Amino acid sequence: MRHLKLISDDTHIPFVKFRRIAVAFSLLVIAASVALFFARGLNFGIDFKGGIMIEIATDGPADLTQLRATMGGLGLGEVQIQEFGQADDVLIRIPSPAEGGEAASQEVVNTVRAALDDVVVEYRRVEVVGPQVSGELVRSGVIAVVLAMALMLVYIWFRFEWQFSLGAIVSLVHDVFATIGILCILQIEFNLQMIAAILTIVGYSMNDTVIVYDRVRENLRKYKKMDLAELVDLSINQTLSRTVITSGTTLLALLALFVFGGEVLRGFTFAMIFGILVGTYSSIFIAAPVILAVGVSRDWSGNTTGKTAEGKSGAKA
Amino acid sequence: MLHFESWKITLIVLLCAAGLAYSAPNFVPRDSLEGVPGWLPNQQINLGLDLRGGSYMLLEVDTSSLIQDRLQSLVNDVRAALRSERILYTGLGIRNSEVTVRITQPDDVQKAREAIDGVGTTVAGNVFSAVPERDIAVSVNGQNITVVLTEPAIVARTQSAVQQSIEIVRRRIDELGTTEPVIQQQGTSRILVQVPGLDDPQRLKELLGQTAKMNFRLVSNAMSGEQALATRTVPTGTEILFMAESPDVPVLVERRIMVGGDRLVDAQPAFDQQTGAPVVNFRFDSTGARQFGEVTRTSVGRPFAIVLDGKVISAPVIREPIMGGSGQISGNFTVQAANDLAILLRAGALPAPLNVLEERTVGPGLGADSIAAGEIAAVIGSVAVVAFMIASYGFFGVLAVVALTLNMAMIFAVLSVLQATLTLPGIAGIVLTIGMAVDANVLIYERIREEIAAGKSPVPAIETGYNRALSSILDANITTLISAAILFQMGSGPVRGFAVTLGIGIITSVFTAYTVNRLMLSVWIRHRRPKTIYL
Repeated sequence: MRHLKLISDDTHIPFVKFRRIAVAFSLLVIAASVALFFARGLNFGIDFKGGIMIEIATDGPADLTQLRATMGGLGLGEVQIQEFGQADDVLIRIPSPAEGGEAASQEVVNTVRAALDDVVVEYRRVEVVGPQVSGELVRSGVIAVVLAMALMLVYIWFRFEWQFSLGAIVSLVHDVFATIGILCILQIEFNLQMIAAILTIVGYSMNDTVIVYDRVRENLRKYKKMDLAELVDLSINQTLSRTVITSGTTLLALLALFVFGGEVLRGFTFAMIFGILVGTYSSIFIAAPVILAVGVSRDWSGNTTGKTAEGKSGAKA
Repeated sequence: MLHFESWKITLIVLLCAAGLAYSAPNFVPRDSLEGVPGWLPNQQINLGLDLRGGSYMLLEVDTSSLIQDRLQSLVNDVRAALRSERILYTGLGIRNSEVTVRITQPDDVQKAREAIDGVGTTVAGNVFSAVPERDIAVSVNGQNITVVLTEPAIVARTQSAVQQSIEIVRRRIDELGTTEPVIQQQGTSRILVQVPGLDDPQRLKELLGQTAKMNFRLVSNAMSGEQALATRTVPTGTEILFMAESPDVPVLVERRIMVGGDRLVDAQPAFDQQTGAPVVNFRFDSTGARQFGEVTRTSVGRPFAIVLDGKVISAPVIREPIMGGSGQISGNFTVQAANDLAILLRAGALPAPLNVLEERTVGPGLGADSIAAGEIAAVIGSVAVVAFMIASYGFFGVLAVVALTLNMAMIFAVLSVLQATLTLPGIAGIVLTIGMAVDANVLIYERIREEIAAGKSPVPAIETGYNRALSSILDANITTLISAAILFQMGSGPVRGFAVTLGIGIITSVFTAYTVNRLMLSVWIRHRRPKTIYL
């Protein structure tokens, strides 16, 4: 039985040659994401906007028209009603009352419950986030993402050279922007889980970038005279099979989660699937070219002699 | 690299065995673990509220009402102090969180200042300050005297109010008969409440939403509530309150509290012996009983209002003196309402209202559905990854799958032993780990392939593969671990559960995919001594 090989053992794809196109494309994506963020905005969930979310199970397929009429009559502002996964499962979103603070939100929940009691079989979920807490959640979410990126950079800086650190941050920022862009386009609800998704994407993309950088560093020590562009290409090709297989298994697991993991997790898994794809792309087409652009010092102190001969035996270039 | 000392082998095998043993309880029904002796693994993973159903609430003690209450009593104290010194004053009241008063005679100002100063006390419990701190600060401006609450006084008052609230919230929740509620302080004035597995979360909210300040006061006989409402003037020392049952029926009650709710020692739901309606029977302590006896003796024939949180529950007419210290409240209750009122009265009043800042309630149905969906996704994800790994690496893929299985067992074992909480995003974290955990194996195997392609013989190729891949594996996993650590620090609730499983998964996966895998391979090589390997 022959083993499955998605990538043949000896590839020589000139990734570096595509870097101008890739960088132009990525700049376009980032610009579009920024524009979308301001023009269309993220669909913030109640975690960050405050408000009330009620998921109800109805007896048989829900009559959304009737529900809208009932809810509309309560005068609660812009109420959103949508089917959630199944026909007898409905998600209702109600904005925070403009006045009266936290106590007013509880009043709204009571009003809604009184109005819906006839059609509801089960209150599957009731979430109320007051304005005070939602503000704090926004703050801690932003801090978490920024802090995670900063710490990883410090780690990379510590383990590699500053040029690598720069390459890593550029590709991470790229991934985060692209993910936010797609969330803006599809208007997928941006909730607390999305912060977790973004941090996972950041972690995964960093992981991918580090693997390529590790090989670049190793090759820098091995081939002291090789042209940097050639060396980066070699490193990407050497790690390509691993990159594709690991992305493959991770995507398989995430796809299972996306299809079978239930409605609550769907947005979260979608963001991660997208992020893994973008992260894989960016570690090949963005992170590596950045090192090319800024150049690296090839004088690795403490590792000067004795490696070249051993290195040559493993070389395929 | 492929040589293991025997103590290392023993340690690795023991760790794997422990992983299997401690994860085992999760695969049998919970009630079958009852008979398992304590020295055997018998703990199951703690499911989060989003999986088992329940209520999460973040409450905040309303400090402004706390301060307002304190200022009100300060006004009373100042009034009493000035009266006992026979100082004339005007305009005593609360303005912008200050108590202000104007002393009529300029000569009296100094005396008044001293008298008012005497009203204050020292703030208890501050061990760090050498000089005991006063709870009020008095300042004089001409004939005007201003009293403010000092910062330490507010802090101390908030702190004790939060402590007291936690105790009362606990008593109220305990009455619901739920298991393992979590009630803890967060920050300076917040209380976190987590109650798993409630059938009726709404009831919990109703119980926590009431301050339950109760008192007994006489209904004024100067005029009726309707008259007072119509004339818009109330006689001194009285106020208009409304009936709890019918909010548009006014009752004119005296401000003076005859018996306070803090005198209650017991309250029980019962049924009225004549009408059969649900009622609440209560009993006072000895002081309360004496006060109650005194009022009922002197005011026979007058209606007596039972006031709860500013609303009149009922105002029965006193027919005869009640000397025994116990009585009955009837107020058109349902059985549940009578039950809840009894709970509230027994648990005592909150020092200040609690605001619900955040509430997340998950019904048991959604929780069960989420678990089922998570399980299906995990099984299908695993099958896909297993098939992919075996197709890609053959026998070596099988080794990776064994490592993956051990990894899953260890994640469950660590979650069980630490009693960490598994949430729905936590399940997502596990499924994600299934996909990412094989990365270490992929890195190693790809490296071995390269070395073989470069002409190395199997054993050196494998050794180099493990050696070279290690730094990549560590770098890659440490970066993801940083993400998980920060999520754990900053995240709340379910998201934190994701960070927990992701973090545990990273650590166990390095152990299983690198160390355990290497051990298995070294055993295989020693037995087979392969001349070539097919990878």
